[in-house]
Amino acid sequence: MILDGKAPTGPIETSWDRHRFDMKLVNPANKRKFKILVVGTGLAGGAAAATLGELGYNVEAFCYQDSPRRAHSIAAQGGINAAKNYPSDGDSIYRLFYDTVKGGDFRAREADVWRLAQVSNNIIDQCVAQGVPFARDYAGYLDNRSFGGAQVSRTFYARGQTGQQLLLGAYSALSRQIKNKTVKMFARREMLDLVVVDGVAKGITCRNLITGEIESYWGDAVILATGGFVNVFYLSTNAMGCSATAIWKATKKGAYMANPCYTQIHPTCIPQHGDKQSKLTLMSESLRNDGRVWVPKRAEDCGKHPNQIAEEDRDYYLERKYPSFGNLAPRDIASRAAKEQCDDGRGVGDTKRGVYLDFQAAIDRVGQPLIQQRYGNLFDMYEKITDENGYERPMRIYPAPHYSMGGLWVDYHCMSNIPGLFVLGEANFSVHGANRLGASALMQGLADGYFVIPYTIAQYMASITPGQIKEDHPEFKKSAEEVKGQIDKMLSIKGKKTVGELHRELGSVMWEDVGMARSDASLKHALQRIPEIRDEFWNNVNVTGTAGELNQQLENAGRLADFLEFAEMMTKDALHREESCGGHFRTEHQTEDGEAMRDDENFCYAAAWEFKGVDNEPELHKEPLKFENVKLAVRSYK
Amino acid sequence: MNLTLHVWRQKGPQDKGKLETYQAKDVSPDESFLEMLDEVNDHLIKSGKDPIAFDHDCREGICGMCSQVINGRPHGQQELTTVCQLHMRQFKDGDEIFIEPWRARAFPIIKDLIVDRSALDAVMQAGGYASCHTGGVADANDLLIGKPVADYAMDAAECIGCGACVAACPNSSAMLFTSAKVAQLAVLPQGKPEARRRVQAMTKAILDEGFGNCTNHYECEAACPKGISVKFIAKLNREYIKSMVPSSAE
Repeated sequence: MILDGKAPTGPIETSWDRHRFDMKLVNPANKRKFKILVVGTGLAGGAAAATLGELGYNVEAFCYQDSPRRAHSIAAQGGINAAKNYPSDGDSIYRLFYDTVKGGDFRAREADVWRLAQVSNNIIDQCVAQGVPFARDYAGYLDNRSFGGAQVSRTFYARGQTGQQLLLGAYSALSRQIKNKTVKMFARREMLDLVVVDGVAKGITCRNLITGEIESYWGDAVILATGGFVNVFYLSTNAMGCSATAIWKATKKGAYMANPCYTQIHPTCIPQHGDKQSKLTLMSESLRNDGRVWVPKRAEDCGKHPNQIAEEDRDYYLERKYPSFGNLAPRDIASRAAKEQCDDGRGVGDTKRGVYLDFQAAIDRVGQPLIQQRYGNLFDMYEKITDENGYERPMRIYPAPHYSMGGLWVDYHCMSNIPGLFVLGEANFSVHGANRLGASALMQGLADGYFVIPYTIAQYMASITPGQIKEDHPEFKKSAEEVKGQIDKMLSIKGKKTVGELHRELGSVMWEDVGMARSDASLKHALQRIPEIRDEFWNNVNVTGTAGELNQQLENAGRLADFLEFAEMMTKDALHREESCGGHFRTEHQTEDGEAMRDDENFCYAAAWEFKGVDNEPELHKEPLKFENVKLAVRSYK
Repeated sequence: MNLTLHVWRQKGPQDKGKLETYQAKDVSPDESFLEMLDEVNDHLIKSGKDPIAFDHDCREGICGMCSQVINGRPHGQQELTTVCQLHMRQFKDGDEIFIEPWRARAFPIIKDLIVDRSALDAVMQAGGYASCHTGGVADANDLLIGKPVADYAMDAAECIGCGACVAACPNSSAMLFTSAKVAQLAVLPQGKPEARRRVQAMTKAILDEGFGNCTNHYECEAACPKGISVKFIAKLNREYIKSMVPSSAE
């Protein structure tokens, strides 16, 4: 089936404005008759819940954490892009649009990216109005810095805690609506099913994580803003609770999963230190503004103390390979380049899976106090984890799974193929294409939540009658029974392996075979191993405790059960995409000098997969992508 | 290294709860405290016992979810550190470690080391925001904010809402938490119009939620993993007094 993204046609510069005018409105007195469920309260969900509540809709918001302030958006450090052109260095909405389409390796929808670039400026204004303390200069104006994939300074930041400050802004807006009773907050709830009635999303089934009760909630629309799925790799930069569960349950109810093979591997993480590690920690990409990346030229130098390696014996490989972008090359490029050096036997650290990020030149240039002021908290964090002082010797970094560019397929209205089911932020597939540039995730989350969904959801609401289907509909009971059945099944296995052990097994297969570089053989190997681990899970997992209590093992088991199904679809997507593109690098498809080789003739589309049952092949639907404003070109950062 | 852990176990809010002793074996100094507990839990599961329930999420020291009192101190002995960023190299072979939940009337225990901190959300809902509508706001550079003011606001805004300040305070006061938000918004032009109302509402909320008063012990600052200064409590007090003086507009 050919999918229609319903993007407006005509000149891109006016596409969102024209479309906004063409959409239907809901009159204020009618808004309060509608109920909207928002699952996930990070940047996208928190902003959406707050804004929709403020507009007058009845909103019920859900998160698995104890408070919406803990959503993982909080950990994003570096900054948020906007095309304000305050530094007057040549930025514009068009340039942000252009960089994002190119950065995404031409696998995103142009109109969506244009809208993102356009509303990026409103986001900064909105957050400042909320009291987000962005960095300022002495004259009182906002300060900027630059990020990977861009040659202009368009990133707004609040020390190394930009995500935290933006999330707290959204959380404060949400708190205000909770007080005003337009939003009802349900914390420590996990969505375990989507309720679909006659093909339309009408509610969700949740588990109350404290009492274990299975609860049903009806809504005239359901918004999923549940973040990404990279914990499928087990070790990743995501919070421990991040999962594919909500979007995977929606997939099982008929929503299409688009481009799941596009995973961003972030280049600047602290390397893994041992096999007991539970997660990887990201060092902000902003460090590459001042840090120079290098490895020893000779493998025999790798064991030496870095300060004993002479300047001429160092290979500043990013500056060598990509002279115009240098250390600020985009994430996929920088990650692959790091892996290449390590594969070449020139990696550093105990595991030889690390490269140096060196601040000596910057310290010599501007002095340590200024570097401390810019990134001090990151140096402290690095020291806590590694016991090394980043000012005195170069930091060691290595790529790690970080962000999902794929997600549920949505049209221009952020609506999935299931009417009434909207998907925002990292949980959808829309604007990043095959790669995400730095400082663009915060931008998308808030754009979708504050400035897109409030308009586009009205178009849907205007077409339905509110409150027609409530929790007494048989579909809710059926969904709750299914959820209880799966929980009882997991608790009854009483096998020998813990959830953690099985998750590690899945993770190592995904990292080795579906990680930074994939091949036909590795993907086929993964497709053989994933069902084996899944079988072992359903026959040999040991989930302790009972269903009717706070049970973290049960929560983890449910998330892993979904990863074990999702991983297979992700791998199949990677296998079918016979090209290299952004975060998806197929070793069979590369140029002579090792760069990714795209195949626009055959793969210039979003791949949206329809789930057909665990043991059946998913069906591929395509949304062809047209590039009318940014010419399809080989992505070069040289 | 090998360690002996004494961990608070409590099945539910009504259960009495007690310390139980476990051995943590072959702990690597590079592991984080929570990774050490993961290992202990894996052993407990394999020996048919209930694993220890504890709150955690980002494991990067920023979400504020982790909350354990380690050897009598919230988040443990290391300064400016959350439990998830506490590494085992801070301990030595043979150490005995006591692990307990946050203790405060406003934070009832849910299970083992997990407490209910929704009282902090209630304080925020009382007024921890600037009441701006989405859209229709001025350009971000229209209101200038000098760097020292922006830095001061940012120092306050760094609070992660973990509640260690409450757990460390002999009065279980939430004054440091509340003062950080009050101070951040009170110095910014965007937060000023509501400053009087905000400080009144938030200080009322901390009493309503069952937190105690501040009697200047400074234990909150010592325990805060983000180094939030008690100077913000002084600021809160000043803002409170200011709010009591009738303004010419009223």
